[in-house]
Amino acid sequence: MTRMTRKATRHTSQNEGLIFEKSSPGKAAFKLPPLDVPEVDAAQLLGSSERKDLGNMPEVSEIEIIRHFTRLSTWNYAIDLGMYPLGSCTMKYNPRVNEVVTRLPGLANGHPYQPEKISQGALRIIKTLSECLTEITGMEAITLQPAAGAHGELTGLLLVRGYLESKGNPRKKILIPDSAHGTNPATAATVGYAVENLKSNAQGMVDVPSLVAQMNEDVAALMLTNPNTLGVFEQEIHKIAEIMHAKGGLLYMDGANMNALVGKARPGDFGVDVMHLNLHKTFSTPHGGGGPGSGPVAVKQCLEPFLPKPVIVTKADGTLGFDYNRPQSVGRVRAFYGNFGMFTRALAYILANGPDGLRQTTEDAVLNANYIRKELEDVYDLPYSTPSMHEVVFSDKLQAKQGVKTGDIAKRLIDYGFHPYTVSFPLIVHGALMIEPTESESKQELDLFIEAMRSIAQEVQEEPQMVLEAPHHTRVSRLDEVAAARNPVLRWKPAAQ
Amino acid sequence: MRYLPKSPTDREAMLKAIGARSIHELFEPIPAQYRLKRDLNVPRQMAESEIMDWFDQCSRENGDEYSIFLGAGAYYHYRPVIIDSLISRGEFLTAYTPYQPEVSQGTLQSIFEFQTMISELTGMEVANASMYDGSTASTEAVLMATRLTGRRSVTVARSLHPEYREVLATYAWHQGIRLSTASFGENGRINLKEFDKSLTPDTACILIQSPNFLGTIEDVAAVADIAHKHGALLVVAIAEAVSLGIVEPPRQADIIAMEAQSFGVPLGFGGPYCGVIATREQYVRQMPGRLVGQTTDRKGKRGFVLTLATREQHIRREKATSNICTNQALVALMANIFMTVYGKVGLKELAKQNLAKTAYAASKFGKHARMLFASAPRFNEFVVETKEDPYAINHRLLGHKIVGGFPLKKFLPELGNAALWCCTEMTSRTAIDTAAGVLRESEATEPARETAEVAR
Repeated sequence: MTRMTRKATRHTSQNEGLIFEKSSPGKAAFKLPPLDVPEVDAAQLLGSSERKDLGNMPEVSEIEIIRHFTRLSTWNYAIDLGMYPLGSCTMKYNPRVNEVVTRLPGLANGHPYQPEKISQGALRIIKTLSECLTEITGMEAITLQPAAGAHGELTGLLLVRGYLESKGNPRKKILIPDSAHGTNPATAATVGYAVENLKSNAQGMVDVPSLVAQMNEDVAALMLTNPNTLGVFEQEIHKIAEIMHAKGGLLYMDGANMNALVGKARPGDFGVDVMHLNLHKTFSTPHGGGGPGSGPVAVKQCLEPFLPKPVIVTKADGTLGFDYNRPQSVGRVRAFYGNFGMFTRALAYILANGPDGLRQTTEDAVLNANYIRKELEDVYDLPYSTPSMHEVVFSDKLQAKQGVKTGDIAKRLIDYGFHPYTVSFPLIVHGALMIEPTESESKQELDLFIEAMRSIAQEVQEEPQMVLEAPHHTRVSRLDEVAAARNPVLRWKPAAQ
Repeated sequence: MRYLPKSPTDREAMLKAIGARSIHELFEPIPAQYRLKRDLNVPRQMAESEIMDWFDQCSRENGDEYSIFLGAGAYYHYRPVIIDSLISRGEFLTAYTPYQPEVSQGTLQSIFEFQTMISELTGMEVANASMYDGSTASTEAVLMATRLTGRRSVTVARSLHPEYREVLATYAWHQGIRLSTASFGENGRINLKEFDKSLTPDTACILIQSPNFLGTIEDVAAVADIAHKHGALLVVAIAEAVSLGIVEPPRQADIIAMEAQSFGVPLGFGGPYCGVIATREQYVRQMPGRLVGQTTDRKGKRGFVLTLATREQHIRREKATSNICTNQALVALMANIFMTVYGKVGLKELAKQNLAKTAYAASKFGKHARMLFASAPRFNEFVVETKEDPYAINHRLLGHKIVGGFPLKKFLPELGNAALWCCTEMTSRTAIDTAAGVLRESEATEPARETAEVAR
C-alpha cells in the first residue's frame, strides 16, 4: 500500500450523477432553424399514431452536456493514457489522421444509395483497401461487409458451408481447439454446425495425432487462431492444412492475432482457405469502448463465388460499381456495404506505414512481448515454454499459493496506473495472465509495466490481503457483479414513480 | 515509422536482454518456407500530408455538394458539433470494452444512460448496449423470438427494408427457420387478412417495420392483436429513429429492433451505424449483446458493470444467445449525446420539422405525379409514381446538384416506376421546389425509352 509507483499519481476527479438527475423542464441544448415551409398539425397528419409525450427524456443545456461526458470520460482508462496490455485485443495506438480523413464531407455524408457515378471516391477506398488486405494475407479475394470479428467468422463459415453444399454435402461439424476464443464455437452454432473440441498438446499447439483421429468426412472445417491464444505459432501448420484438405475439409483462420504476422508471413501461403481480420485490432481503428469494429473475410479463389453480395467490380467504362448478380452468393450479412468508416481508417493506417512500416510494426510487437516475457519469467509461472510471438501467457500458480489469483493481480495493476491484462484466458491455462503489449509501447513504458508486475509479485508475498482488496485508488472499489446479475437494474427510473 | 516509439538503441538493448542475436531469431517459430522474404506489395509509406491529399481527392469524387432526397434506411440529419468533440476524447475513443469496471465507469455509465433513453423512446422496459446495425438487430430479434417461443416459422412483412430481409434470410436458412412473406395493401400497410391466414401454431414471430420501407406508419396495435392471438411474438423494426419524436412507439411489440443512425451518426456510405434491441424485462435473459447494470461497490457507492454475461459467447460458447462480441459502442455514444442534446422537447420539434418538410414536398410532387400509399399516415418518406423511369429523372436531377428518390424497382419490381423520397430537417424548400419542377417537366412530356442504366 505504501509502495511508490512511478507511472501514476492520484489526483482529484469530478463527481457526476446521471444526466437524468440534472434535467429540469425549460433547459435546452438545441435550437432549430426557422421552418421554411408551412407548419403542420401533427394530430391531423398522424391521427392516433401521434406521440404525445416522450417520457423521461432529459432537458439540459449544452455546457452541462459537455461537462457531463467530459467528467465521465476521465473515469476511463485509455490507450491515450498508457499501456493497455489486453492479450488478444491488440490495443495499439489509434492514429488521429484516420479520424480526420473519415470525417471529410464527401465520405462522412455519402449516402449508401447515391448513384455510383458520384460514389467513385468511396468505391476506390473499398477497392484499394481490399487489394492491400488481400496482399497482406496472401489470399485471393475478400469481402469487407462483416461488421466485426465474430461477424467475419460467421461470414467465413457461411462461405465454407456454401462451398461444401455446392459440392453436394455441407457436412456436420467444425473442429475448434480448446484454446479458441468463445466466438468460434458460438459462431459455428449460429451457422448450424456442431462443435467438436480439439485438444492442445504439451507445447500449447494443435495436437496433430488428435486432429488426424478426429478429421473425417463429417468435418467441414477447422477454426484455427494462428498464432494461437497462447501467442504461439502453430509450427505444424503445413501438416494441419494437409490433413484438412486430404479429407475435403477447409482451414479457417481466426485473424485476431494477425498483428504477429503482417509483413512477415501470409496465411494464404501456409494453407489457409478462409480467414477474417479485425480492422480494430491489427489495423488501428479505435475500439471506442467496445466497437465499432470491422471483420473483412479473405478467401482463396474457390470460395470467391460465394462471397456476400454486392461485390465491387471495375465496369467496362473503367469506373467502379457494385455487382449484385451473384447467383452462388451466401447472401447478405449486413445492410449496405459494411462499416465503411473503419475502411477509411484502416487504409490510412496502411498508407502511413507502407511495406517497411508494417514489417517494423510486427517486429516491434513481437520484440515487446518477448521482452516482457524475459523480464517477468522468474516471478510469474510460464506454463508453456514454447517461443512467444506477439503475446505472452503466464499463470498465477506461484501467487495462488498465497491465495492471490490472476484477477486480483490484475486489479492491483490498476493502482500502478495500468489497465489489466486479459484475465483467465485462454481456458487451457489455469489462472492465465495474457499480456499483449503491441508495438505502440516504448521501452520506458514497458519497463514501468515490468516494474509494476514485479512489485505486485513481491506484494503478494508480503501483504496478500492488500492485493486481494485492490484496486485502492479508483473512484469505485470492486463492484458487486453478483448482485447486478441477480437483480438486474438496466435503466434509470425516476424515484417518484 | 512515426507511430513506433523506439530508437535503434532501444531495440538493440531489448534484444540483448532477451538474449536474441537479431529480430529474425524471434520469428524462427514460423517455418522458414513461410517467412516472407520480400516487401508487401502495398503503397509506399506516405507522409500525413500525402494521406490527407489522397483522401481529399476521394472525398471530392464522392459528391460532397448535393442535396439528397434519399432515405431508405439511412437518413441525413444535422449532427450537433459537440458529438464529435466528445467522442474524440481519447478516454472514450481509445478504451476497450468495459470488462474492468473500476477503470471504465465513464463508458459504463454512458451506456446505462443510452439503455435508459432507448427504453423511454421505444416504450420498452429494457434495451441493450447496441448491435451492429438495424439489419442484424432485426435478425437477432427474430432468432431471440424463436428461442422464446420454441417455434421455427417466421412471417416477414414485404414492407420491411429489403436488405434487412436479405440478412434475415441468410441467417434463417442455416438455422432451419422457415420464412414466409406478408404483403402490403393499397395504403402501404401490412395486409391484415392475409397476414392472419399466414400464421400457424409454429409461427414464432412476425417481423414488421414502422414506419415501414414505404414510409407508412403501421397499425401496430392491430398487427399485435393478430400475432398474440396465435401465440406469436411481434417484432418491430425501426429504421428512422427520429420518427420516435412524433410517432407513437410500437408499445404493443414484444421486441423492437432499431437502427439508431438518425441519432447523430453520419451517413458514412452505409456504416458504422448503431443497431439496438429493446424488449420486455421478462425476455431479457434471451437478449443478445452486452448489457450494463447498476450495482454498488464495497463501500456502497453506486457503480455500473457489464451484467447477465451468462448469455454471452465468452462464457457460454456454443450455447450463447448470439456470437456477437464487439458491438458499436462509440456509435451508441454518438446517439446517446444526440438524444441528450435534443432531449424531451427537441426530439419532438425536430421530428415535427421532418413532418412539415415531407408534407410540403408531398403536396408539391402530388401536383405532377401520383402519390402511392397516401391514405395511411407517414413520417418523412413517401412514394411517388412517375410515367418516366425514375433513374432517368434522377439523372437529370444530378445536373441540378440533387440526388433524387430511391427507385423502388431495385427491390420491389411490382412497383414499376415508383420511387421512395425522403425529406428531413436538412431538406431546403428550394431543393424541394427545384425537384418538383424537374418532375413537372418530366411528367408533362412523353416518357423516354427505358434508361435504366443511365444513373445507377
